[in-house]
Amino acid sequence: MIAAQFDYVAPATVEEALAALAEGGDEAKIMAGGQSLLPVMRMRLNAPELVIDLGKIEALRGVRDDGDAIVIGAMTPHSQVATDPLVAEHALLVRRAVVEVADPQVRHRGTFGGALAHADPAGDLGAPALALNAQFVVAGAHGTRAVEAADFFVDLFTTAMEDTEILTEVRIPKHTGWGAHYEKFVRVAHQWPIVAVAAAVRVDGGTIAEARVGLTNMGSTPLRARAVEEALVGKPATDEAVRAAATSAADGTNPPSDLNGDADYRRHLATVLTRRAVLAAAGA
Amino acid sequence: MTVTEDRAETAPKAEVGQARRRKEDQRLITGRTKWTDNIQLPGMLHLAMVRSPFAHARITNIDVEAAKASPNVVSVLTGADVADEQGGLPNAWPITPDQVTPNHPSIAVDRVTFAGEIVAVVVARSAAAARDAVELVDVDYEELPAALDLKEAAEDKVLAHPDLGTNKSALWVFDSETAGSGSGVDAAIEAARDGGIVIEREYRQQRLIPAFMEPRSCVVDPTGDQIVVWTATQIPHILRFLMAAVLGYPESKIRVIAPDVGGGFGGKLQTTPEEWITFMAARRLGKPCKYTESRSESLIAAHHGRDQWQKLTLSAEKDGTVTGLKVELLADLGSYVALMGGGVPVLGAFMYNSIYKFPAYQFNCQTVLTNKTWTDAYRGAGRPEATFAIERIMDELAAEVGVDPMAIREQNWITHEEFPFTSVAGLEYDSGNYEAATEKAKKMFGYDALRAEQEQRRASEDPVQLGIGISTFTEMCGLAPSRILGALDYGAGGWEHASVRMLPTGKVEVLTGSSAHGQGHETAWSQIVADRLGVPFEDVEVLHGDTQIAHKGMDTYGSRSLVVGGEAVIKAADKVIEKAKVIAAHLLEASVDDLEFSGGRFGVKGTDQGLAMAEIALATFAAHNLPDGVEASLDSDATFDPVSFSYPHGTHLCAVEIDTETGAVAMRKYVAVDDIGTIVNPLIVEGQVHGGLVQGIAQALWEEAVHDDAGTLVSASFVDYLVPTAADTISFDTAHTTSPSTTNTLGTKGVGEAGCIASTPAVVNAVVDAIRHFGVNDVQMPCTPARVYKAIHQQDQGGETPTPGGAAPHFDEADVADRSAGATDGAAAQAGDHQ
Amino acid sequence: MTKIEVTVDGDVYTDDVEPRMLLVHYLREKIGKVGTVVGCDTSNCGACTVHLDGTSVKSCNVLAVQADGHEVTTVEGLAVGGELHPVQKAFHECHALQCGYCTPGMIMQSIDLLNDNPSPSEDEIRNGLEGNLCRCTGYHNIVKAVQQAAGASSSEPIAAGSSAGGAA
Repeated sequence: MIAAQFDYVAPATVEEALAALAEGGDEAKIMAGGQSLLPVMRMRLNAPELVIDLGKIEALRGVRDDGDAIVIGAMTPHSQVATDPLVAEHALLVRRAVVEVADPQVRHRGTFGGALAHADPAGDLGAPALALNAQFVVAGAHGTRAVEAADFFVDLFTTAMEDTEILTEVRIPKHTGWGAHYEKFVRVAHQWPIVAVAAAVRVDGGTIAEARVGLTNMGSTPLRARAVEEALVGKPATDEAVRAAATSAADGTNPPSDLNGDADYRRHLATVLTRRAVLAAAGA
Repeated sequence: MTVTEDRAETAPKAEVGQARRRKEDQRLITGRTKWTDNIQLPGMLHLAMVRSPFAHARITNIDVEAAKASPNVVSVLTGADVADEQGGLPNAWPITPDQVTPNHPSIAVDRVTFAGEIVAVVVARSAAAARDAVELVDVDYEELPAALDLKEAAEDKVLAHPDLGTNKSALWVFDSETAGSGSGVDAAIEAARDGGIVIEREYRQQRLIPAFMEPRSCVVDPTGDQIVVWTATQIPHILRFLMAAVLGYPESKIRVIAPDVGGGFGGKLQTTPEEWITFMAARRLGKPCKYTESRSESLIAAHHGRDQWQKLTLSAEKDGTVTGLKVELLADLGSYVALMGGGVPVLGAFMYNSIYKFPAYQFNCQTVLTNKTWTDAYRGAGRPEATFAIERIMDELAAEVGVDPMAIREQNWITHEEFPFTSVAGLEYDSGNYEAATEKAKKMFGYDALRAEQEQRRASEDPVQLGIGISTFTEMCGLAPSRILGALDYGAGGWEHASVRMLPTGKVEVLTGSSAHGQGHETAWSQIVADRLGVPFEDVEVLHGDTQIAHKGMDTYGSRSLVVGGEAVIKAADKVIEKAKVIAAHLLEASVDDLEFSGGRFGVKGTDQGLAMAEIALATFAAHNLPDGVEASLDSDATFDPVSFSYPHGTHLCAVEIDTETGAVAMRKYVAVDDIGTIVNPLIVEGQVHGGLVQGIAQALWEEAVHDDAGTLVSASFVDYLVPTAADTISFDTAHTTSPSTTNTLGTKGVGEAGCIASTPAVVNAVVDAIRHFGVNDVQMPCTPARVYKAIHQQDQGGETPTPGGAAPHFDEADVADRSAGATDGAAAQAGDHQ
Repeated sequence: MTKIEVTVDGDVYTDDVEPRMLLVHYLREKIGKVGTVVGCDTSNCGACTVHLDGTSVKSCNVLAVQADGHEVTTVEGLAVGGELHPVQKAFHECHALQCGYCTPGMIMQSIDLLNDNPSPSEDEIRNGLEGNLCRCTGYHNIVKAVQQAAGASSSEPIAAGSSAGGAA
């Protein structure tokens, strides 16, 4: 319950944070909201020598309109994302998922960027970010670069970011007018999802014009159920049509087996939850 | 008793029966609490444990030099250092004379027997320094094969303790034919095989963890003439006795204090290695020492509960009238025989027959040693297991006969005219009315309407199916008549002690040997004494949990506090009245026989003369005018030993909805009608019922201590040991029927464990009922969505899919902890949800 | 060591702390606010919940150095002038606590919940408390207490469950 000793800095700018990270090297660790990092440290599963707290970098907080996208600062707490009107209007799927992250206290401290950079395949925000084709803006010593969501999640707890880089913001293309739903399956409320499905659809005159489906905890990264998306386009938003499309939800996935169910069960769940998520998103 | 009756006409409203708000709350809701971990003493040292990552291994070397050299470390102790003084942790209940009982060192000396066992202790000037140095203790292990699976262990394939030659600790048998309380069960079963019904089932009681909210903590101060031990325990008095007995220290030189204690549920009914170690460290170093466990340590090393295989054979006539019940248990003790140890399943031995009129009954329990955390009491201790098994198999009997499960119960239960009733297990049930509780419960539940809805959902092949579960339970509580405990080879009696002290100002101090940790004794005892002595509720102060203040007691467990401890309080209060009466008569210049005591006042019959208790207290204090030969004290003690158990019962009805597409179980309605005799405080009673219900429901649906193939506890944090939240539970409909107990003054029965005992089978019966038409006749606990789904869809009709022994990592940093290094915070622990 | 200045329950404290010191340990060990307790090491149980600048956080999941320059309110700071906070009163009235160990966190989170949503439904209350574990009460009376504090509860006495009492 007591972490190993470490040095602590709380820089006021991204530049200072990058400098500290460069100086700290392998022994430095970035802390965003700290809601995953601190438990790991106090159980001594990790013992960085330097913790770089981004909490004082005001520039990383907030949501802004940027033309065809909204931009969520990496250090924006989940609770703020959950109530932000821009998010509600243009990225409803994010809102639907972010209110399902952990619990209220954690949502006050935990941050949007921190959760995504943590890249837990059971985290609630990866699948919606992937489904909505988010871009991850990453700052490094040589400036910033944007990484597409499809390239961002590399493996279990591994992203395309270098050790010397910091996630500064997430750009989410506007999905204004899209229906959205995040269907999360747990045994008790404070669990990570056993499986969850993030679905956003644009329905035009009763027909699904476009669909985006992301899967949580169905592999070592969040996954996109592209076969489902393709099967949905042009179909009526009915139980029958969606049910047929959802049967391929688990195609190509490699879900884990653990205390809460084996891989086969998760594959089955993915099809059921996908159907439910899509139907709810379509308002059907 | 006349006292109460006389007073009833004129007295203010009786306290007993009122929903008094608790006296305890003020400090708890404002944070002015005294948890053991709050205690800070000058120069206090802090302990941190080095624990084995292996389930079974020989310790070949421990290098403590680096740890000793670490800043602010005062001492590092290994098992070898204390081998001569530590003795063995006690087993107070050897259930048979030939029980195989391994010695239980507080620090392992040459061999570790479960993953989590303590191998060394760091003592340092701060908790952080102690924790830092734990990392520096280098232990070499030579891994040994581990006995993990209960059934395999029972076959002695791998030995948990090779030197003992067997894993079988004790075989305990009750046979109604031998005992003379019934006929032979084998004959009944044989007879039923020819034309009757024989049902054979095997149920799994998964391993649970009590998971009290306050992690255990212990502070030992050796700096005075007496050693003072503060500890988060349910049993300060038993601990004091056993510490003295085992560690060879005079009992009179040990003072044990259980300050505010944050829950127990049996989990703090223990004498722990951590207490022993803190005591030894404080004695050696001459300074106050503190140890507070982390949650992971608590889940790994505080004792677990349940963990049995239950094989049942029930015989019946063709019409469903039961004729015999045979129970064959395997009970997992873990790697040591804990304080109550094998006694826990034995506490269930008399309850499998439950409320039913079995003419023949046999109970066999084989306790087995394994290389896992030791098991002991968890809420209900033996009785939930028994109730689960019988209530599950009665449903199976109903299915076999083809009648409503309530009908099969009505057909076989003891009717209210038949009380007192001597059961086939030889117990005399004093009172009860199963019909009344059931009628009330069915009405509140809307039983017939829900059955109709169930039919309709089945007919329409609704993806959401409805199930109704019944539990018409009874239990034995109020542990326990000392003579019975003696006959069962338990190491102590079951009496309870109380003192009532009259202060000169008329205030009253009640000392109780019961040691509350959430049960509300301060309030309930005040109500009882206020009625008895006719003093205001507010004027009664209840003192407990300190062996120097409440010097004598048997502590709190087994739903015993009110029915045993409360009765002792009544007896002590009655002695005060008797003493005061003599003095009152003297002061009033009246005959004792002419006095009547009512509403706290001794009055001379037929006159308006009288004296209040407070006046007599003051006069006794002054002692200026006492009768000759009468001592200047009203204070009185009483020690009450019950003559019998008490037998609460009730009918619990549960409706669940099962999503057949996912296997998810959602509770829709839960009705509990309990008969717990006279109720002292309905508010407290309801609270006990609600909490018990959720613990029992949690066994049915969520909780399980799972070990992996190496014997590491996988569910070693609240991430994987699924204690439910408010969001997972529902509001309950509770009510009571009342058949007062005839074995104590107030007619109370005990409620602490009832909810937990009753609810587990109600829920699982509901789950099975919802999907029985798919050919399912059991789902193993916990009834996870995966198990329920497979039971419905994959011909896994017993729902026996084992829980995979793995937990998802949720952190990139969560690399497998170095198994060669000790880790106090749990080798397999996963950190918390959440970004 | 890092110097911090923290306002706790209205009083300003200045201390040197190790960066690794958790806020909950700072509260308990440095300034004696032992009303806030530790129940787990994975931030599941919520027993350590306090308010940081007016919103609920788990103080085992915040470093003391992160509280520098901020305001912390604990369960010990709720009663003003001896007058209990309405949520404290409701917990007492509704018997929403037994052993009391989870109670400080439950009360702090309940207040936060009501700050966000003054008239919550039962479901909203239950979901709002999903980060707090209680092992004694089964949550039934905690939900009732929050309802009572919200003024959302019916006028029926909450004393003894929905339909208690009555001899058969």
